[in-house]
Amino acid sequence: MNRAMLDLWVGAFVALGFAALMFLAMQVADVSSEGTRGATITLYARFDDIGGLKVKAPVKSAGVVVGRVTAIRFDPNVYQAEVEMRVSAAYPFPKDTIAAILTSGLLGEQYIGLAAGADVEMLEDGDRIQMTQSALVLEKLIGQFLFNQAADGGGK
Amino acid sequence: MIRLLRALGRLTVDGVWQVGFATRFLFVMLRHSGPSFARFSLTIRELYFSGVLSLVIIVVSGAFVGMVLGLQGYDTLQRFGSESALGSIVALSLLRELGPVVAALLFASRAGSAVTAEIGLMKATEQLTAMDMMAVNPIARVVAPRFWGGVLSMPLLAAIFSTVGVIGGWFIGVVVIGVDNGTFWSQMANSVDFREDVMNGVVKSFVFGWAVSLIAVFQGYDCTPTAEGVSRAITKTVVYSSLTVLALDFILTSFMYIGK
Repeated sequence: MNRAMLDLWVGAFVALGFAALMFLAMQVADVSSEGTRGATITLYARFDDIGGLKVKAPVKSAGVVVGRVTAIRFDPNVYQAEVEMRVSAAYPFPKDTIAAILTSGLLGEQYIGLAAGADVEMLEDGDRIQMTQSALVLEKLIGQFLFNQAADGGGK
Repeated sequence: MIRLLRALGRLTVDGVWQVGFATRFLFVMLRHSGPSFARFSLTIRELYFSGVLSLVIIVVSGAFVGMVLGLQGYDTLQRFGSESALGSIVALSLLRELGPVVAALLFASRAGSAVTAEIGLMKATEQLTAMDMMAVNPIARVVAPRFWGGVLSMPLLAAIFSTVGVIGGWFIGVVVIGVDNGTFWSQMANSVDFREDVMNGVVKSFVFGWAVSLIAVFQGYDCTPTAEGVSRAITKTVVYSSLTVLALDFILTSFMYIGK
């Protein structure tokens, strides 16, 4: 095996290795769509109950991903969860936008859904979304259902 | 009784002595690593032997591991009606565990054993001593390039293994079984994090590359210079590096994913 062939093979091997890494980065981990492309603004929202929401969960509006959840904290002053999210600056939302924690599918992952309001002023970097809707917790829902059943039964 | 205790004592002393010798050997090798980078053609030759020639076994086993993951993952997931998560299962198990670990095991038995055999035979035929006589340091000339060839090719082989595995899983899941193509990739991209999963896999395979290459060159250099000694050294290389890889994998995993 002469020197040139050796170099060629090793070069091809190294190139293949890096191509594999690129594939893993681009196609499998999808670095480019992590969060959102381009400039983002940070928004905050307080929820009574975030259910199973996790950091890096998508923020969607009308089903389209417009941002990501970047941090979740517990605020001991108001006993609520404070969610920090980065939303693409390309999509300005009105000030009276409603943030709700929704679930994709019956048992799917939870995400934040933004429903745009009608205000003429837009949310800016660092703003807080005032109107929020907590996650549906199945146990609470069942509890409420049973309670209503019992109330109905008692009325008869 | 006394004899039993003595045997136990000898076993312990020998073990500790070997670990110490291997550590000193590592530092000596690192100190004499200059030539393997200054005269990079030495290392390129080793990259060819341990990297390029391992490609076939890595690609073939990667494809089969990925296809089996596709089949088994689908079989389990469809019981819960969540076949759409097939992409994440295949990608996560390959990137986090199977890619680095299986690639390292294959690497140890394919390339590590060859390195041990080569160095051991050089020692048995007194080529290493001859080099020493000619004022050529055998560690700098023979051992260090083989070590660095292994260290450099291991992460690349693991990345190729994972990639081929993902494609194998995609082939079974999407082409053969008929999971939706878009769901497969988007679920995968949603659950795989670049730093958390891809880079941690690369770090793992890098560590395994160090461990396997060190064991391979050390066993070759340390072997008894007879035919039997060389064959025992090769067996030791494969056994020790497999055990080391599995143990290191447990330690690394517990630090990377559980300890936070």
